[in-house]
This record gives sequence, structure tokens and C-alpha cells, in this order.
Amino acid sequence: MRPLIDIEHVTFSYPQENGQGIEVLHDITLQIPAGEFVAVLGHNGSGKSTIAKHMNAILLPMGGKVYFSGLDTAEEENLLPIRRQIGMVFQNPDNQIVSTIVEEDVAFALENLGIAPEKIRERVDEALRAVDMYHYRLHAPHQLSGGQKQRIAIAGVLAMHPRCIVLDEPTAMLDPKGRQEVMRVLHELHRQYHTTVVLITHFMEEAVQAERVVVMDDGKILLDDTPRAVFVQIDRLKAVGLDVPQVTELAAVLRAAGVNIPAALLTEDECVAALTAALEETDGNHTHA
Amino acid sequence: MLKDITIGQYFPGTSVIHRLDPRMKIVLTIVYVVLLFLVENLAGFVLSVVFVLAAYLIARIPVKMIAKSIKPILPILLFTMLLNLFFVRGTVIWQWGVLEITREGVRLSVLMVIRILCLIAGTSLLTYTTSPMTLTDGIERLLKPLGKVHFPVHELAMMMTIALRFIPTLVEETEKIMAAQKARGADMETGSLIHRAKALVPILIPLFLSAFRRAEELALAMECRCYHGGKGRTRMKQMHLAPRDLWALLLTAAALAAVIVCNIFFGSLYG
Repeated sequence: MRPLIDIEHVTFSYPQENGQGIEVLHDITLQIPAGEFVAVLGHNGSGKSTIAKHMNAILLPMGGKVYFSGLDTAEEENLLPIRRQIGMVFQNPDNQIVSTIVEEDVAFALENLGIAPEKIRERVDEALRAVDMYHYRLHAPHQLSGGQKQRIAIAGVLAMHPRCIVLDEPTAMLDPKGRQEVMRVLHELHRQYHTTVVLITHFMEEAVQAERVVVMDDGKILLDDTPRAVFVQIDRLKAVGLDVPQVTELAAVLRAAGVNIPAALLTEDECVAALTAALEETDGNHTHA
Repeated sequence: MLKDITIGQYFPGTSVIHRLDPRMKIVLTIVYVVLLFLVENLAGFVLSVVFVLAAYLIARIPVKMIAKSIKPILPILLFTMLLNLFFVRGTVIWQWGVLEITREGVRLSVLMVIRILCLIAGTSLLTYTTSPMTLTDGIERLLKPLGKVHFPVHELAMMMTIALRFIPTLVEETEKIMAAQKARGADMETGSLIHRAKALVPILIPLFLSAFRRAEELALAMECRCYHGGKGRTRMKQMHLAPRDLWALLLTAAALAAVIVCNIFFGSLYG
């Protein structure tokens, strides 16, 4: 079966004033099947936002091809069919909310698509409930917290019933509480509606929760695997200026010091379990001796 | 401090007037303004004052709000009054040098003041009882026929909506920049007028830069959400005329008719 997002040998450079562009994507090939939760990691300038903008034809590849559910993004007439199936959420929640009333903002995409008024009402209410913001439907955006605004932005995209949501560092401007709210909503959507989620982030804790992690560096894909397989490669990640989750790092340090625990630890719970096991083991050894 | 700025002067409420269709309210306000300019005699003036006061009572807007909306035009009001007072010819009742006040002058200036007061009170009632967003929607739908002659109705309404949406955001941003510049030792409160105007430059430049960046990001986000102009667009909220809208229209039309009848039967104060 064809993947939902199919990026084939894409190169891209932003035009410069002197006519010579700086290439930010070098021959990228990436396939994302429908229903997957993918995190894209990379430090600033690695090309992770640029690749996201290729997925819904905001940017067009200079070399290679991008297909969304079989539609070529370079074809003008595919623009609307692609964009109604792929929702995009950006970093700054303030700069993507159009209307002065929450529910009207959620309705914005549906109004653009020319959907019948009763149907819009239905879908707006459904989307607001999905992100747990139904009670705030008549509020003005500036009365909401950052996390709440970002959930409204997600609801605005959800109302389109997209097959895929691409989020470009959606939690970068939020406080820890707002980050948790947004991540909880994303996982809920993935589980309930099997929406494909592409999460661009530089928070390791968020990437750990994905099914697959793609690490980008300098316009190339460096690693592409499960979170566990990616984060054990501590040295490679650090070499490109990325951190690993604190837990994974702790495990590595302990292993180096001779403690017998697995290397691929991702969450605090796993770490606690592994450490308890290791302690019991040493305890057992002592009593036997 | 800047947070206290309210956009428009909307007074939330649930009165009949609040619930009137915004299109009808705009039309009725225009009819009332026409009515004010048709009035030619005392009966008509009494009627127009009673009409607007009754509307304030029904809308439960405190009448002292009229005073508030009149404040900014007080100089114009005074100027028109004095002009009428001293320059209308007729029976002289008071004289001092070249200045003279006539009976007709007094009468005309009083009537002129009443007319302007009613004008302000009537149009303010529209903004007191209609939220800026609803007003924008109403204007968009009223102007829709103009779209046929390529008047950019949808674009205008969209611009108004976005402006309303970003006022609080930019106000907040201005406060942040002011605080940041003050923390760096900028002095914005003392000195001559020119000095203070110059002190605004380091606030305006970052504000403009950020506004442009926001505009770019917003345009991108709108495109991602399938925005492609007003063509083929539907609206979630539909406007339907209710019986109360027709009653309001009927009442206003009756007032207009009464004014015209008064003009025919009671003659004109303007001779």
C-alpha cells in the first residue's frame, strides 16, 4: 500500500538575494504510512520545519516529488484536496487564530470549504469537545492561556476531519502545563480517530511518546527508527547537538559505572522499575554471600 | 493601563434591541438619521427625542451613557450653537456692540443642539447593543449586493475581523515592549512633547516588525486552513429575520411617517 505521505528525493533551498540559494534539504526520502505517530527531531536549522511545509504544499520541492495520499503537491489543482486532508498547527498560537470568538475560529476552515451551516455547527462542537474546550466556545482568544489557545488551533484543524495533522513545534511557546495538555490531546486523537500525527519538536520527552522518531541534521535524515532504538545512540545524538531524555542518559552513566540495567530506558517508570530490579539483585547477592 | 481600552463600546445584554438582527439595526439607525433631518417643527422634535429615549430604556442602557458619547463632540456642538445664536437674523432680543441675539437664533440653536444630541444618541445605541463582530457580519451581509459590481465586500469584512482580533494581542505586545525599553532606561514620561514623541520610536519599530511577522504567519495559517478568498465560502452563523425585527421596522417606519405628517400639518419652524 502507498504511504500517506511520500517524500521522494526532495531537495530544497530558500532563495537568497544574490540569486544563490542555501540548500536546506538534501535529497530527503521519507515515507509516513497512514495512522502513524511520528516525531521529527532536530536542532534549529536542521530542515525539520521546511520538510513539514512540503507535506501540505506550502513549499514545493525544487528537486524530487512529494505525494500526499497519491496526490502530487506540485499540481495546482491538488492544492485544496491536499490541504483539506492535512491539518497544520504552528508554534505561535496567537498568530494562527483568525476570529475573535473561539467557535467561529474553529469554523473557519469549514466555512472556507463551503460546507453547509448546520453541518459546520455539528463538526465545530465535536472538535471543541475532542480537545476539551467546549465550555470556552464563546470566549475571546485573548482570554485563554497558551495551552488552551493551542488546543483551539488543533480543534480548528480537527474540524476539517483531516487524515493527518502536522504540528510544527506546537509546544515551544507553552509552559509545562500547556505542553502536557497539548500532548494529551494529540495522543487521544491518535488513539481514537487513528489520525496520522507528524510532530516536529525539540523536546525529547515528547519524541519518546511517538511510535517512530526521525532525527534530522543539516538537511539530511540521520536516524529513523523506534524511540528506543534512536535514543540509545547517545553519542550520535549529542554529536549533532541534541539531548537524550534524562532517564536514558542516567541509564548510560550507570551502565558505564557497572550497574546492571538495560540501556534503552525511556520513561521514568521504566527507570524506577529497572533500578529497583538492579537493587534487589545486589541485595540478593549480599544475603547469599 | 492599556488593557482598559475597549473596542467599540459594546454593552452586553439580552434586551430585545440587543437581539435584533444586526442588519435590521443598521438599517433602522440610518432611517432614524434620515428622520432627524426631516424634522421641521416642535412636535417632530419631541417625537424624535421620545423615540431615542424609549429605545435606551428598552435596551436597558443607562441614559448617562449618552453624555459619555457626546463628550468628544462637545466643541462641535458648542460651535454650531454659537453660530446659530449670533448669525440668524430676526427679532433682536439682546444686543452688545456688533453681537446680537435674535428670537429665531435662540430657537434654531436649541433645535440644532437637540438634533445633534439625538443623532449621537441614536448611532451610539447601535454600537452599545451590537458587538463589533456582529456588526462586521451585519455590514458584510448588507453590502453583499455590492459584490456584483466587484466591490471587495468579503475582503473588507475579513480585514475588520482580523483587526478586531489582533487589537488585544498588539496592545499586550506594546506593554511588553514598553516594559522592556523602560528596563533598559528609556524615559517616556518626562521631557518636552518632541522628546516624548522621539521616545516612542524604540517602541513603534519593534511593534511594527512584530506585526509584519504576525501577518505573515497568519496568512500562512489561513492558507493551510483552505482559505481562498470569499468565493464559495459559507458561514456557520446564519442570520434570520425574526418577528421582532419586523416590529422594530414597523415602529420606526411609523415614527418616520408621523414626522412627515407633522411637517405637513404643523408647518415649519424654519419659515
